[in-house]
Amino acid sequence: MQTGNLLLLLVVMVAGAYYLGLRRSFALARPLGGIRHLHSLPFYFAMRSAMWCAIPALVVLGLWLAFDDSIIRQQVLASLPAELQPTDASSYNLTLSKIQNVASGALPVNFVEPPIAAAAEHLQSLRQTSAMALTVVIIVLCMLGGAWAWLKVSPQLRARQQVERVLQTLFMLCATVAILTTVGIVMSVLFESIRFFGKVPVTDFLFGLQWSPQTALRADQVASGGAFGAVPLFMGTMLISAIALLVAVPVGLMSAIYLAEYASNRVRTVAKPALEVLAGVPTVVYGFFAALTVAPFIRGLGESVGLDVASESALAAGLVMGIMIIPFVSSLADDVITAVPQAMRDGSLGLGATKSETIKKVIFPAALPGIMGGILLAASRAIGETMIVVMAAGLAANLTANPLEAVTTITVQIVTLLTGDQEFDSAKTLAAFALGLMLFITTLVMNIFALHIVKKYREQYD
Amino acid sequence: MSETTEKVRKTLARRYRAEKRFKAFGIGSIGIGLMALVLLFTDIIGKGHSAFVEYEIQLPITFDAEVLDVSDPRDEDELNYGNYQGVIRDALAERFPTVEGRQDTRALNQLVSTGAGYALRDMLREEPTLLGETRTLWLLADDDVDLFLKANEEQREDSRLNEKQQAWVAELETSGETRMVFNQSLFSYGDSREPEQAGILGAILGSLFTMIVTLVLSFPVGVAAAVYLEEFAPKNKFTDFIEVNINNLAAVPSIIFGLLGLAVIIGLFGLPRSVPLVGGIVLTLMTLPTVIISSRAAIKAVPPSIRQAAMGLGASKMQVVLHHVLPLALPGMLTGAIIGMAQALGETAPLLMIGMVAFIVDLPAGPLDAATVLPVQIYLWADSPEQSFESLASAAIMVLLAFLITMNTLAVILRKRLERRW
Repeated sequence: MQTGNLLLLLVVMVAGAYYLGLRRSFALARPLGGIRHLHSLPFYFAMRSAMWCAIPALVVLGLWLAFDDSIIRQQVLASLPAELQPTDASSYNLTLSKIQNVASGALPVNFVEPPIAAAAEHLQSLRQTSAMALTVVIIVLCMLGGAWAWLKVSPQLRARQQVERVLQTLFMLCATVAILTTVGIVMSVLFESIRFFGKVPVTDFLFGLQWSPQTALRADQVASGGAFGAVPLFMGTMLISAIALLVAVPVGLMSAIYLAEYASNRVRTVAKPALEVLAGVPTVVYGFFAALTVAPFIRGLGESVGLDVASESALAAGLVMGIMIIPFVSSLADDVITAVPQAMRDGSLGLGATKSETIKKVIFPAALPGIMGGILLAASRAIGETMIVVMAAGLAANLTANPLEAVTTITVQIVTLLTGDQEFDSAKTLAAFALGLMLFITTLVMNIFALHIVKKYREQYD
Repeated sequence: MSETTEKVRKTLARRYRAEKRFKAFGIGSIGIGLMALVLLFTDIIGKGHSAFVEYEIQLPITFDAEVLDVSDPRDEDELNYGNYQGVIRDALAERFPTVEGRQDTRALNQLVSTGAGYALRDMLREEPTLLGETRTLWLLADDDVDLFLKANEEQREDSRLNEKQQAWVAELETSGETRMVFNQSLFSYGDSREPEQAGILGAILGSLFTMIVTLVLSFPVGVAAAVYLEEFAPKNKFTDFIEVNINNLAAVPSIIFGLLGLAVIIGLFGLPRSVPLVGGIVLTLMTLPTVIISSRAAIKAVPPSIRQAAMGLGASKMQVVLHHVLPLALPGMLTGAIIGMAQALGETAPLLMIGMVAFIVDLPAGPLDAATVLPVQIYLWADSPEQSFESLASAAIMVLLAFLITMNTLAVILRKRLERRW
């Protein structure tokens, strides 16, 4: 039976268990003189039956679906004769996809060796057996669970407590998804990175000045072994982020100061959401704007004053990225500026300082840690930003500090290494995960540091 | 007058000037931000508005059974293999009888889109009696012709049409044999190599399925996590650890979630590439912190007196939460969910990682069909060398922004309408 149908059947059975549990609790209550003689409301007895029916079945279903494919695969491959046994990862994938294609009918049987065809048949039969067994197991589990719950219903049963405990556990499991995600991220980038560092030494990666990830596809091919020195990427990322911050920090900060200290309520209610719209525009739109409008414009501007500007200059990507992070800087700065106690303003103004002097000499120093935190958050945003640089920055690694030249960044390289044709095991693919690890660590450290600064500062005036 | 007063008075003018300058900087900064916004929108509307219309060319088409090689229009096989280009070629040759030579004939035939043939086939299927008859029909123009007709005098000089083609098109234009219509194909087809036949329906459907998966997964999980953290979680290291994780995940670059999807969901669990289901799972993990944080804020906003009243009447903790806190916090949670969805709808980078960048012509029918999404479609078109794709990308951006604006407006309205002040 198909998984969809099986799930539908499961829903029906659970509904049935709910109904039976409800009926049973009413039936038990009647001779006692009404449901007030039950420990819990009938709803809880019914829910308890439904849970007993659903949860074991769902757990088994999930595990089964997660692992049946790999087990079947191993079985099928083990059934192949010795000379067809795959020796390495790529031939493993090839053999497997051949078998699967024959099984699904995409590849005619007479195109392949007889053992492969036999394996395909074996695969089909195993799949059918697995599906049948799954159906039977699920139905039996549902019935057993439901029957157990039905039998256990008694007026003294603490059904509400049991149901609530299950619900609370469920809620807690949902909260741990955040931990699982973090663990998943760390594991996925870490394992692949370790494999990468097995092929390329860590020091070469961190301190090498050459980045050309094209490796030979076959061993006998005449091609470069690939160079994985990531320094040009780090430099490119920093260059573009620096340009972005040069735009975003002054503009964002001054906007925040004006909106918090000078602007009338009317201006505030219009200008603040309008600036925040900038944060809601998808990054691909900024990328489009940078690549097709800003970059040609800067190039034309450079030509008119006799400068040679690359068509994928770091300046264009950095400028547009700066516009994108203006709202991050301004809204974070706004928060910390308004958090400065009014007494400090009044004191300064009372001593005869002008408003701008108060801001520069009193409010700004008081808000500085928070503002620094905000800038750090904006910087980590700029480093991790992908679409703008993928569309507007270059692909070739170029170790330069000239904003008019094309540079490439970590995120651009991750995207180019992982889109398009790839084999999962090559150093080229694994390099993307190593870059991802670098990116993750950098942004994580910056975020923790930024949050730490912000938190520490906030405690001062409480 | 004391010395200090003297000193202050002397510097006063300078200080007032500095004050004005400072204020002007502030106004200037806001001006820069707003100007960037206006520039962005005008640029995109300026580039994209022309993609909502397209040009058609009028031609008298003869459904000649011999040329078409179709004897029975009710036979689906014959219908599909019909030589519709031949009919169009004949019609063009008839319209421009002076054109001779292989090169010129080919140039002439390029004026009509290759997609026009399918339109003829569909007409013949609808109306089998057309076979053998002649009808004056409007056929979709090729994208270069379309660009030429949309351009002004100056831009026409850079047209990709050669001089003869330009003359033919100009002749058609002056005699009223071209017309501008609403670009229906934009909203009724998937991607295509030919700009005039390319549409965003496939991408919209892909986005829709991805968003459904994201909503179905992230809303319940996010709300449950928020309820646990706000109402049940004991104050201990484990709870702190969960909170630290949520805050950090909110700031992890989105592309990292793509790597997670590629390595774990596709690599480990063996789900297929390029499908909305995987995209939805990845975006769920990405938006979950947003949903959790806004749901927690909504739960926090419910006053403790309500909890106390319910508990005083004998409700259990879980009953307090499910019967009283959650319904009251729901509007706030929905607002957060909509904002999270808007964020997910505009996201591109993680979807590139899980292979949703493939060129897909067919419309996806479910979350397990290979599909692309609207932002990725924009990325693909923006990268195409052909100029028509640029305006198509802008048009797609306009549609995407329209969706986002609608969602955010909905969130604001929902908050205003349903949120209670205590």
